[in-house]
Amino acid sequence: MKLVEYEGKEIFRRYSIPVPRKFGILKLGEDLGKIKIDKFPVVIKAQVLAGGRGKAGGVKIANNLQEAKEIASKMLAMKLITHQTGEHALTVEEISIEEASEIKREIYISVVMDRKISSPVLISSMEGGMSIEELAKNKPEMIIKMPIDIESGLMDFQARELAYTLKIEKELICQFTELAKNMVKLFIEEDASLVEINPLAITKNNSILAVDSKVVIEDNALFRHKELAELPDRESSDIEKEAKKIGINYIGLDGNIGCMVNGAGLAMATLDTIKLAGGNAANFLDVGGGANVEQITKAFKIILKDNKVKAIMVNIFGGIMKCDNIAQGIVEASKNVEIKVPLIVRLEGTRVKEGKEILKNSGLKINQADNAWEAAKLAVELAR
Amino acid sequence: MSIILNKKSKILVCGITGSQGSFHAKQCMEYGSKIVGGVTPGKGGQEHLGVPVFNTVKEALIKTKANVSLIFVPPPFAADSILESFYCGIDTVICITEGIPVMDMAKVKRHIFKLRSSGRNIIMIGPNCPGVITPQECKAGIMPGYIHKKGHIGIVSRSGTLTYEAVWQLTKEGLGQSTVVGIGGDPIQGSNFIDIIKLFNEDKETKAIVMIGEIGGSAEEDAAIYIKKNVKKPVFSFIAGKTAPKGRRMGHAGAIIEGNSGTYEAKVETLKRCGVNVIENLSTIGSTVALKLGKKRALR
Repeated sequence: MKLVEYEGKEIFRRYSIPVPRKFGILKLGEDLGKIKIDKFPVVIKAQVLAGGRGKAGGVKIANNLQEAKEIASKMLAMKLITHQTGEHALTVEEISIEEASEIKREIYISVVMDRKISSPVLISSMEGGMSIEELAKNKPEMIIKMPIDIESGLMDFQARELAYTLKIEKELICQFTELAKNMVKLFIEEDASLVEINPLAITKNNSILAVDSKVVIEDNALFRHKELAELPDRESSDIEKEAKKIGINYIGLDGNIGCMVNGAGLAMATLDTIKLAGGNAANFLDVGGGANVEQITKAFKIILKDNKVKAIMVNIFGGIMKCDNIAQGIVEASKNVEIKVPLIVRLEGTRVKEGKEILKNSGLKINQADNAWEAAKLAVELAR
Repeated sequence: MSIILNKKSKILVCGITGSQGSFHAKQCMEYGSKIVGGVTPGKGGQEHLGVPVFNTVKEALIKTKANVSLIFVPPPFAADSILESFYCGIDTVICITEGIPVMDMAKVKRHIFKLRSSGRNIIMIGPNCPGVITPQECKAGIMPGYIHKKGHIGIVSRSGTLTYEAVWQLTKEGLGQSTVVGIGGDPIQGSNFIDIIKLFNEDKETKAIVMIGEIGGSAEEDAAIYIKKNVKKPVFSFIAGKTAPKGRRMGHAGAIIEGNSGTYEAKVETLKRCGVNVIENLSTIGSTVALKLGKKRALR
């Protein structure tokens, strides 16, 4: 689960990571009057899940109340396109207002899970402000990587070494090492998959401040973080949220061929097969292991909520689940849901002959294919 | 020979009384696997599916001499079950459970490294995987047994149904399998591609290897480099996720392109450069392998 900046900063506060003073959060439709600002200048920031907000106009400085009001009213409801959003603009629904700080220099620091060594790794650089991808491309020699022992956290000597390598001012070293250790502690205790501070600012009056925050909490661990699990899901679209609620793994895509597949790997490979056949999938959908009538009905309903869908391709490998049961499920489900677009079904595996027979005799207009490639070609043709 | 499992494997099922554990333990028994007992804390002393249930792995080992642990324990308790199996003396642990927090797996890996450095020769498969099968000898997992055929192709994969698809295509071509290993779709796994490919490379029964990967991480690239250096047997690969959007988790916790890492293009480029036969069409896995191995009848 991805958190927006101000949610991440709330967690930072809990772990004694210094952040700029917050005046308040303004939501769509709210008036700036509700927030008490007793010091200018302030920074007004769009709370969206995308990097590159600054360049896209999502971060502004206001020197007085009048400016703040103008910026706030413009920024709320604004469509934001950054290098990370692609063509899909994000609507700004929340903005944060916090004290502006005079920055002397900027540092990059993050903690991620390194799959190769099966442990967290701290990544840092004296060149803050840039994204880690830009940094890796332009100044790879400036990146410091430090593996973390998951039981010990960041050890004192590591934190000191980091401080010296980053040339942290002498009087700030203790403050910095505490911050780095707390950041790693947060990562481990809160089951994060990313904690990033970019930039970590050294201010002109010599203090350290986490000016930005990027925190991602691992979904599989939300069962032991009840308060985080209750935060709004900002990443998923409405259809995706609905699918999640009923236990279906769905991701919306740009194409016009709806997909229903059992298993994540096969589902991904099905999207690729559609592309190879010259089309584009409208979604990723894994119905899971127990593809019964209820689950299949739900899946059809979810797929059809997307009105781009011009054909539906079902690709099922019946293993423990038998194809005749699945076929029965598809027939029943098509009675429950009105499917106006062509339906292409590919069944393979246990009792496939019986399954195909059921589809054939159902009286429904179902196009059958013998393999995924044939099904994909047919779907592409029928979606035109 | 085969890898990881054979006729002699004695399996202990952790979580045997749960719905998943119970269903699949029965399927494994029907396939002919030797399930010697189960563990469910609080249900020790009972009998389930005709085998004894124990409160602890320790007790189970005294009574059953199991040498493989097959885990169906729910995510919050699965890491503990893995560690219990290893610390009580089982050397092969196969964990089917989906949804174990990554941090828990990182801790498990730390213990695995520790146990190995103390001389234990242990292997862990999974989590979030279909398990392992040596056709006609032993099945420890949730895969449909009948699609497999005894033979000489070693398969290693990050996915479930995609593996069944590949196995079935090979079987229909008359190409049997030595062992099929699902290493799982999580970011941190007990074994990675290299661990399993190494075993296949040393296994005399395995004459060719099929590696089924997907986007996310760099395990396929690492394996490719290992293969180029060490493996003389023909290796085939299919990678899922060519069209997956960046930054979205495609069902599997580990199937995500983060920044510029884990892309399909990088994987395929490295695999090809290292001499691996990359298959791009899902429906031609079986026929491509059959065509390339062609006249080598010995493989069938």
